[in-house]
Amino acid sequence: MGDVMAHAEPTLHGLMAEFDNPSALVAAAERARLAGYRQMDAYSPIPIEELNEALGLRRTRLPILVFLGGLAGGLGGYSLEYWTSVVAYPMNVGGRPYHSWPQFIPVTFETTVLGAALACFFGMWALNKLPQPYHPVFNVPAFARASTDRFFLCIEAADPRFERAATWRFLEGLHPVGVSEVAP
Amino acid sequence: MAEDLEQPQHRIGAQPDATELLARTPAVIAPGHSFDSVTETIAHTVPSKRTPLGWFLGFGVAFLLLMVMNLTIGKLLMTGIGIWGNNIPVGWAFDIINFVWWIGIGHAGTLISAILLLFRQQWRTSINRFAEAMTLFAVACAAMFPLLHTGRPWLALYWLFPYPNTMGLWPQFRSPLIWDVFAVSTYGTVSALFWFTGLVPDMATLRDRAKTRTTQMIYGMLSLGWRGSARHWQRYEMAYLLLAGISTPLVLSVHSVVSFDFAVSVLPGWHATIFPPYFVAGAIYSGFAMVMTLAIPLRKFYHLEDFITMRHIHNMTKVMLVTGMIVAYGYANEVFFSWYSANPYEGYMMSNRMTGPYAVFYWSLIAINAVMIQLFWFRSVRENIPLLFVLSLLVNVGMWLERFIIIVTSLHRDFLPSSWDMYEPTRWDFGMFAGTIGLFLSLFFLFIRFLPAIAMFEMRTIVPEAKVEQEHHG
Repeated sequence: MGDVMAHAEPTLHGLMAEFDNPSALVAAAERARLAGYRQMDAYSPIPIEELNEALGLRRTRLPILVFLGGLAGGLGGYSLEYWTSVVAYPMNVGGRPYHSWPQFIPVTFETTVLGAALACFFGMWALNKLPQPYHPVFNVPAFARASTDRFFLCIEAADPRFERAATWRFLEGLHPVGVSEVAP
Repeated sequence: MAEDLEQPQHRIGAQPDATELLARTPAVIAPGHSFDSVTETIAHTVPSKRTPLGWFLGFGVAFLLLMVMNLTIGKLLMTGIGIWGNNIPVGWAFDIINFVWWIGIGHAGTLISAILLLFRQQWRTSINRFAEAMTLFAVACAAMFPLLHTGRPWLALYWLFPYPNTMGLWPQFRSPLIWDVFAVSTYGTVSALFWFTGLVPDMATLRDRAKTRTTQMIYGMLSLGWRGSARHWQRYEMAYLLLAGISTPLVLSVHSVVSFDFAVSVLPGWHATIFPPYFVAGAIYSGFAMVMTLAIPLRKFYHLEDFITMRHIHNMTKVMLVTGMIVAYGYANEVFFSWYSANPYEGYMMSNRMTGPYAVFYWSLIAINAVMIQLFWFRSVRENIPLLFVLSLLVNVGMWLERFIIIVTSLHRDFLPSSWDMYEPTRWDFGMFAGTIGLFLSLFFLFIRFLPAIAMFEMRTIVPEAKVEQEHHG
């Protein structure tokens, strides 16, 4: 988010408009994008699929991470079984070959699942840069309802087109419940 | 469940006729709810309010049972596993019966949270949170048995996990028992990750509603600083879907692997290819019975009838009917193969089950799992809540008896009559079993006291106002 600092006004994180329903938020996000704003984010108490398009979000890389996690888990599990049974301590069990691959499948399957799940869990939080103890949006008192029944659109000061007065007027024009400044 | 399959999932609210369908079907959520009322109804049970007296009563009973478990474990660690009734030829008894029983109960939670999500079964939303909690607690109870059966549980991790002993020997990867270790530990881990992921947005809600600084801090930390950003939601929804996709084959594998503990051996009554599907179906069957057992008092005492509606009760009963019939088919198959295989040991195993010293347990489980469940065909039964509560408890008893029969009758009379013997549990066996029920219920009572028992953010997605009306730009 706030990595383009050139136009940032140091006293302000951005301006935030509050809406009372998801449709208004989606419409507002779409207008803001059409007006040329890019450094912005929407906040909602529920996942809203339409926002991805309205905000022009790219698809997440998470599935690739999960695939790689599963691959690493599967290869790791199978290698562990191979190494312990064939290399580290070969042992004859009922005349079975040291490399009894069909019997190595259940554990390989489980470690694949484990690797994929761990990659999914930690990958998702890492991509989201969470846990994050502090964020400016929490400075807006009304934002406490963002986890219950209110919807917010925040245009950040870092956006090249951001101008305090003009952006304020723009947000007012979206018929929000209210507009507020977000302290950094 | 045909009507559910046609119903689109409107957690995203994209389908144009979602509201109309919502009005027509028996309602997954009672009409008239809004974002705020849903949140309020669920969240008011968590810390902000006084603890109800009934909670203390229930938790007190559960805690007493938990103390029975501690007493049993203390006795076990001081004396050794000789205090239990299992001895050759029945070397496995209550430990594995209860292990399989608890693991099976856990399966319904994952089925509800993962498989029903993939099948877009919207009714899962109201019950998935506490069903997942049930899974975690059931897995914890299950894990107690093999760990304590090692006699020295503090060494168990070192024995079970891939780490060589002092002579360089590694765990035996050709053994189903080590598969079981991997399956159950993976299952426990993935279930916990899934459960926690689901909790995070709700923790943010509780943080924002907190009345005191302490609760705000605690829920704030648990929420990881969640702020409901659209970018976060996008990845979150993807992660949730992927975790569901990962958990679906996992849950099917876990009870399959548990069944391999038996099926890979050569004992009559265990060495059967029907075991994996039959065990998985039995697991889901008993798990739904436990969800029902928990849901009926929960919706009553916490006034959640608007969210856990008759629709849920109906659907859970139908799932129990289907999976119960698969289990009954498994019983029929066992009888058929003991005859068709023309193997005298298989034949004897079956006649011993039906007429031997444990026959009363065999016929009880047939009476419950094959005969009694036919009651679920009747709508009047599916609508009779007190009766359903009793029936769901009986299903749990029936599934416990099934594991008892499979394990004990096969072991106590195997190939050599000279080595036959009877198995009798001791009071410590019962103490341990009752103790894990105490552990399970204690954890569940703490859960409903401190965490939202229903997923608030998911419930918000199914209220009518969650639907997005889109403008169209050329």
